[in-house]
This record gives sequence, structure tokens and C-alpha cells, in this order.
Amino acid sequence: MPVSLANSQVIYEALKACDVKIMSALPETWLVHLIRMADDDPEVTLIRVAKEEEAIGISAGAHLAGVSSALLMQNHGFLAAINPIVSLALLYKIPLLMLISYRGHMGERDPWQTQGGMVTEPLLRALGIPVWYLSDPRDAQRRIKDAQTLAHASLSPVAVLLTRELMWEE
Amino acid sequence: MLRVDALQAIYPELKDRIVVTIMGAVAVELYTIGHRPNFFYLEHAMGLASSMGLGIAVAMPRHKVVVIDGDGSLLMNLGTLSTMARYSPGNLVHIVFDNASLLSVGGFPTATATGTDLAGVARACAIPLVTQADTPEQLKHAATGALAGGKLTTIVSKVEAIGPKSFHMDLPLLENRFQFKRALEALR
Repeated sequence: MPVSLANSQVIYEALKACDVKIMSALPETWLVHLIRMADDDPEVTLIRVAKEEEAIGISAGAHLAGVSSALLMQNHGFLAAINPIVSLALLYKIPLLMLISYRGHMGERDPWQTQGGMVTEPLLRALGIPVWYLSDPRDAQRRIKDAQTLAHASLSPVAVLLTRELMWEE
Repeated sequence: MLRVDALQAIYPELKDRIVVTIMGAVAVELYTIGHRPNFFYLEHAMGLASSMGLGIAVAMPRHKVVVIDGDGSLLMNLGTLSTMARYSPGNLVHIVFDNASLLSVGGFPTATATGTDLAGVARACAIPLVTQADTPEQLKHAATGALAGGKLTTIVSKVEAIGPKSFHMDLPLLENRFQFKRALEALR
């Protein structure tokens, strides 16, 4: 599977450097290594959700309980979670660190991913959610930390889009 | 059973616990019986009170967390039962008031009115302990037992589709949110 193990490791280490203790995820090809790393890490509780909406509630609960969390989701998972992002995270000023695999964008060959790819950024912008891109592994540590810092300072969700260049080796 | 009587019966068990409720009648009734800084009322995002409770329970394993859910909310997020069961935090108690109705938005019947059995769904999702409690005494007994025990428990209580006259709460939702976070910080 040409999902980059090395870059997944870099992202995972960046999350660890952010003191993330709870990660939620729903299996998705680009996230397989990250999910396995979380599952194997005794310092992290991985919660595999049935649908991404739940993950917004889990992270909100973790935040109110004083524990840092991160959400691993595909962009279609972000689309599935828009209502709770609005009516829980934005309404209640809850910080969320969302790592979103950016499927269906430049280089996409799977037709079924493309519609979601085209609406992801416009929807994030419409919701007023700050967006960072990760294309170069050298940026991972800094950008993920900065995204978390902004989330906590602004009490808002932030999105880190994991691009094809970073996640997929061809 | 009236939900307000049920809440009154378990209030002594709730007052020092971390409590997350759904919106609507449950929130207003608990607030009116006696608001506490350790109570959080999720005024929107239907279905996610249990997911929030799971997040808190995992984050604070040494503290008991009580979620007060409803049939309409739970039906919007049935997957939560499978997720809760998967991790089964022993410090989480999930109470579901089933009035077979979306009371706060016009009283339309939910699927439990036509036979969906939420306790059965919870059992089938592998929630370790599922009980039914249809009188205030039974609920008090079930809730006390669940809080004393160490097993994730779902308690389903049938209640009448009768709510408060007013849904007004003198508590802005952000005030509730920050107050609740401070209360949890003080517990840590």
C-alpha cells in the first residue's frame, strides 16, 4: 500500500509533541498507519467511532475534562460531521484539532472521491475554520503544533489538510 | 412515571457527579431541581451527549460520569452504543428517558412508539449492563447500583411525554460551558 509510512510517522510524532492523549478515528486508507500507531501506543487512547459526528462529541468532552485530543478523519468524514462542528464545537467554543485526509483533490484518480475533494476547502472557509496544509514532512511538527495553539487560543476548530503529496507514494 | 419525578429521585446521586444532559425538557427539569456547576446541558447537537460523556469518561477515569439521554437523541446517534460498548468505560452511566416522543419540537412520535426497543439495541451493541427502570424507585436503585459498580451501564426508563411549561433557563450556554470546565478542573 503506497501510503507513506515515513510521513505518517512524522505526523504521529508531531501529535505526540502536542501532548495529544485521545485520538478518534474512522478507518480510511490514507490514515491506516496513523491509526495503527495510535492503537499500538499505550500513552494514547484511540477511539474508533462508527461515524465522525461522534468524534466531535468525544473531543468536546475531552477538552472540557482538560485533555488534548485530535481527530483523524477523511474529508468525507468532515462533511459528515458538519452539524456537530457547528452546533457543538463552534456554538460552544470548543477547540478541535482535525487532521483531515484531503481526498479527491489534485492527482485524484478515484472518481467517487472528487466531489468531496472539491467542496472541502470552500466548506471549511464558509465555517470560518482556519486551514493549514501539510505537503512537506518538514513542516509537520511546526504546523500541527501551531494549529493546536491557535485552536486553544481561539477556542475554535482548526483543520490540517493532509495532502496527497504527503500521504501517498507513487 | 414523570421524568421530573425520576430526576428528583436520582438527584441526590447526581448532584456531586459529572452530568451531561441532552437539550429540552431533561435539561430544564434538572436545572430547575437544582443547577450545579458540574452539570452540562448540551443545548444542540442532538445525539452527542453520550459521545461527550464517553470523551469525559475516558479523559477522567477516576470520576463517574452520568449521561442523561433521550429516545429521540439516542435514535439520532445509535452508533454511539456500539462505540461506548467497544471501550466500555466502567465510570460511565448512561440513562435514557424514553417518552416515545420528540416532545420539545411538537411531540411527534419516535420509533420507540412503534416498537424500537432501545434497551434491546443497547444489549445487542454489547453494553455490559443494561437495565430497565420504570418507576422512580427502580431508577434510583438502578442508578445507585450503576454508580457503585464498575461497569458501563445503560438504564432505559419509560416516561410520560409531559414536559415543563417553559423551556427557559437563566443560564447562557457559554456560561454553562466555562463553569462546567472549571468544575471539572477542580475535580482533577
